[in-house]
Amino acid sequence: MTPQDKIRNFCIIAHIDHGKSTLADRILELTETVELREMEDQLLDNMDIERERGITIKARAVRLTYHADDGEDYYFNLIDTPGHVDFNYEVSRSLAACEGAVLIVDASQGIEAQTLANTYLAIEHDLEVLPVINKIDLPSADPDRACSEVENVIGIPAMDAPRISAKMGTNIKEVLERIVTDIPAPKGDDEAPLKALIFDSYYDQYKGVIIYVRVLEGHIKAGETIRLMAAQAEFQTVEIGYMGAKDLVPVGELHAGEVGYITASIKDIGDTRVGDTVTNAERPCAESLPGYKKVNPMVYSGIYPADGAKYGDLRDALEKLMLNDASLSFEPETSIALGFGFRCGFLGLLHMEIIQERLEREYNLDLITTAPSVIYKVTMTSGEVKYIDNPTNFPDPGSISSAEEPVVNAHIYTPSEFVGNIMELCQDRRGTFMDMQYIDENRVDLHYVLPLNEIVYDFFDALKSRTRGYASFDYELKGYAASKLVKLDVLLNGEIVDALSFIVHEDKAYARGRRLTEKLKENIPRQLFEVPVQAAIGGKIIARETIKALRKDVLAKCYGGDITRKKKLLEKQKEGKKRMRQLGTVEVPQEAFMSVLKLDD
Amino acid sequence: MHGLYVHIPFCLRKCPYCSFYSVRFEEDTAEKYVQALCRNIEAYEGRGLKADTLYFGGGTPSVLTAEQVGRVVDECRQVFVLDDAEITLEANPCTVDEQKLRQLRTAGVNRISFGIQSADDKRLGFLGRLHDFRTAENAVRAAAAAGFENISGDLMLGTAGENCDSLRASVEALCALPLTHISAYMLKIEEGTPFDTDKVRSMTADDELMSDLYLAAVEQLEKNGFVQYEISNFAKEGYESRHNNKYWLGEEYLGFGAAAHSYFEGVRYCCPPDVQRFIESPLQPKEVTEEAPDRAEEYVLLGLRLSKGISIDRIAELYSPAKSHDLKNAALELAAHGLVRVRENVLSLTAEGFLVSNTIIAKFIDILSC
Repeated sequence: MTPQDKIRNFCIIAHIDHGKSTLADRILELTETVELREMEDQLLDNMDIERERGITIKARAVRLTYHADDGEDYYFNLIDTPGHVDFNYEVSRSLAACEGAVLIVDASQGIEAQTLANTYLAIEHDLEVLPVINKIDLPSADPDRACSEVENVIGIPAMDAPRISAKMGTNIKEVLERIVTDIPAPKGDDEAPLKALIFDSYYDQYKGVIIYVRVLEGHIKAGETIRLMAAQAEFQTVEIGYMGAKDLVPVGELHAGEVGYITASIKDIGDTRVGDTVTNAERPCAESLPGYKKVNPMVYSGIYPADGAKYGDLRDALEKLMLNDASLSFEPETSIALGFGFRCGFLGLLHMEIIQERLEREYNLDLITTAPSVIYKVTMTSGEVKYIDNPTNFPDPGSISSAEEPVVNAHIYTPSEFVGNIMELCQDRRGTFMDMQYIDENRVDLHYVLPLNEIVYDFFDALKSRTRGYASFDYELKGYAASKLVKLDVLLNGEIVDALSFIVHEDKAYARGRRLTEKLKENIPRQLFEVPVQAAIGGKIIARETIKALRKDVLAKCYGGDITRKKKLLEKQKEGKKRMRQLGTVEVPQEAFMSVLKLDD
Repeated sequence: MHGLYVHIPFCLRKCPYCSFYSVRFEEDTAEKYVQALCRNIEAYEGRGLKADTLYFGGGTPSVLTAEQVGRVVDECRQVFVLDDAEITLEANPCTVDEQKLRQLRTAGVNRISFGIQSADDKRLGFLGRLHDFRTAENAVRAAAAAGFENISGDLMLGTAGENCDSLRASVEALCALPLTHISAYMLKIEEGTPFDTDKVRSMTADDELMSDLYLAAVEQLEKNGFVQYEISNFAKEGYESRHNNKYWLGEEYLGFGAAAHSYFEGVRYCCPPDVQRFIESPLQPKEVTEEAPDRAEEYVLLGLRLSKGISIDRIAELYSPAKSHDLKNAALELAAHGLVRVRENVLSLTAEGFLVSNTIIAKFIDILSC
C-alpha cells in the first residue's frame, strides 16, 4: 500500500496544439515509465484520429514513478482529459479525480478559450493549478506576456511558472519537482466505506468493461462485490490494478488516494456511466459522490450507408462503438431518399465528426450523413409540447403555436484585429452581443449568445477562415429561446428529398435555400434530362436552379471489333453507380449530400 | 457464318489524332507480315469453318500491293470458303490509282472504304492527312471506274473551325460522289496522341458543338438517302456493312495480325500489338480479354448501337419477363425526352439518344442486372 503523501493525482489542461500530449510524453520518458526505444510520439493518444487531430477524445490515465530531488519515490497518476467542449462533462469528472492540474500555456499564443473554460472548471473543483509556459523555443515566444496573462485573466500567480519546451525536453524536471511540492497529496480515509469515482470506462472483448476509478475513501480488493450507485447494479470484481503506460498491471487491491481500474465481467458499458460512484455492496457508503449526471445528446443527424446493402454492417459498427461510448445514441430511421439508416445523437459537432470518421475508418463504411439538427421545442396549437430532432417530423406550420430553439453562451478569444470580422460573422449567425473584454492590449474575449443551430453547420470553419485560425471558441448550452422557425424542403425534379430537409430561421431561409440549390447544382452530375433543383417552404418555391441535360457521352468508334473499351467504360459507369443514390428519376452522388453540410465558402 | 478481320498495322505517316496501333511502312516487313498472316489463316484449315465477310483494316491496308492482298484473300478462300463474301479494304486516297484498284477488284476485294475525313482542305491539313479533297474525289471515282459498286467514305466531325454549315457542305460534297456508305465519326482527342494538347482541345468542337454537328450530319445524310444504321454508320439501302454488323449482333469473328481482336468459340481475345512478335511467332500469340462474356449484357451493350435496336422479347428471354417490363418502363420515360424509341417490342435509341448512349446503356444494364 502506497502512503498517500507519496501520491500525486493530476491532469494536464491545454488548448489544442499547446503541447499537452508532448509534455505527457516527456514526463513518461523522464520517469522511465516507458523505455526510450518504446517511445512513440504521443503515447497517451492511442486512437488514430486523436493522433492526427492532436486531440484527446477519451480520458486516459497512467501511473508513473518519480524519484524526486528529496530522495523519495513518488507515484504520479496522470489523467489525460479531452480538451473539447463536447466532452465537458467527462472533463469535469476527470478533474474530480485529481488534486491538481498542470495548465499549459503556449508562450506565443497565450490563453485560449478552451484553456480558460477548463481552468475555471479545475478551480471550481478546488484543484491546485500549476501553470507551465510551453514552447519557449519558438522565435515568437513571449513567456513574460504569457505569465502576466495567466495572472491577469485567471488570477493565479504565474511569475515563477516553469518555462519549458516539451518538444526539446527543456526544464521538464522542474515541472515534475513542482508537481511534488505544489500539488497536494490525497487525504482519504482508507478505513471508511469504499467511495470511488468512475472517470472513464471502455469495453475489452476478453475482460468486459474496464472501469477507471479514483478511490476517494476506503479500499477495494479483487473478488469483492461492488455496487454502482447510480446504475443500481452490483458486480463481483475480477481484477483490480493500475494503468501502466502500455498495459494494465493487476495488483489485487486499491486504496484511498489511488487511481486504478476494476473489471467485473460487466457486459454493458451503459452500466458504468462516467461520474457514477463505486462502493462496496456489503458495506456501502452513505451517499454517492456529487456531480453525477446523465449526459444527453445535443446534436442529431441521420447516418446512412452509401451502399444500402451495408445497413447491417453499419448497425454492427454502431453497436461496437457504443460499447466504448455511452454518450452515443442511435435508433433506426427510414428515409424515402436514403433508405434504411440510423438517427444518431451526439454530444456535439466534434463528437459527431469523430463517430463518422471512426465508422468510415475503423469499419470501412461509406456513409451519407444528413445535416445535423439540434432539438427544437415546438408548442402545438393544442398546447402539446414536442421536441423535434429530425426535420422530417417538423409539424405543419398551421398546427404550431410557437417554436423555440436552443441557444448557447459563446466565448470567442481573438486578437483584437479580427473583432470586426467576428462580429460580422456572429451577426450573420443571428448572435446577440453580450459583452467584450480585453484580456490584454491585443486580445479580447467576445461574448455572444448564439442559436445552436447556427453553429452546428460550419461555424468553426467560418471562424477559422475569418481570423486566419487565430481565434478560439467555446460554448455552453444556455437554454431555449423563442424563434421563427420554418422547415425548408429541397425538391429534385419536383419531388421532395426528405434527407435534405432542414429547419432554419425564417430570415435565413431565402439565402440558405439559394445557396443550397447552387451547391446541389454543382454537385449533381448532368442527367439524361434537365433536372430542376428547388428549395421550398411549405408549398412555396423560394429558389431554383436547373441542372442541364447531359449532351454527349458516347463512344463513337469501336475499332476492328475491339469492344474492350466499351466494356471498360461500362464497368466504370457501374462503379460510379454504386456511389449514386437514385432519388425518383435523379441519380445523386454521395458528395451532393455532403456538400450541403458546408454552405459557407 | 464467321467474319474475318485482317489487321494491317502499317502507315506511310501516322495521323496525329490516331491512337490505333500502327508502325511505319517498310516493304520487307510488310512482306514478312503477309506471310505470317497466311500462315495463321492456314492454321484453321480442315475445321470446316465458313466466313462471309473479310475486312482489311488498319493502319493503312492499301499500302500492301494488290498481289499481297490477293494472296491473303486466296488463303482465306481456301480455308473459309468465302461464298458471296463481303470483302472490304480500307484505303488511303493517296495510295491507290485506277490500275491498283482494278487489281484489287480482281484479287477479290468488292468493297472499298476511303478515309476521306472532310471535303475541306483546311480541315484535312489540320488532321495531318496526306491527301486533299481533290485526291479523295479522284480515288472514289477511280474505284467506281475500276468496278467497285460498294464504296464507303469516312467523315470526321468536329475538327478545328468546323460549324454546322461547313459540315453540311462537306456532307453534300461527299454525297455528290458515287458512295454507298458513309461513316461519320466524332473526333475524339485520345490520350498520348500528338493531338492531346490544350491548344488542340480548345480549337476543336466542345461537347455542345459536337452534339450539334452530329445531329446536323445525321439529318444531312438522311436527306441524301444515307440511312443511319449504327451510331457512326450510314448507308444507302442494301449497303450496310455486313462485317461491322457482326460486331453489334454478337456474331463471331476471327482476327489476324498484330492488334487484331477476335471473338471465337465464345471467347474474346486479341493478338498483342507487336508486329515483330507476330511475324516471328509460329502462330499468333493470344491474349484473352474476356473468357466468358455475358451474352445478355452484350446484347444490350452492342445492340443499342444499332438503329434497329434490341427486342424486348429477347430481353425477356435473356433476363426475365419482369426485367424486360422494368426496362420498357425506363425506356418509355426516356422516350418522353426524345432519347429512345419504343415501337412494338423494339427498343432503339434516337440520334439524340446515341449521343448519350454510354449513360443510357449503363442505366439499362443497371436495371436489368440489379
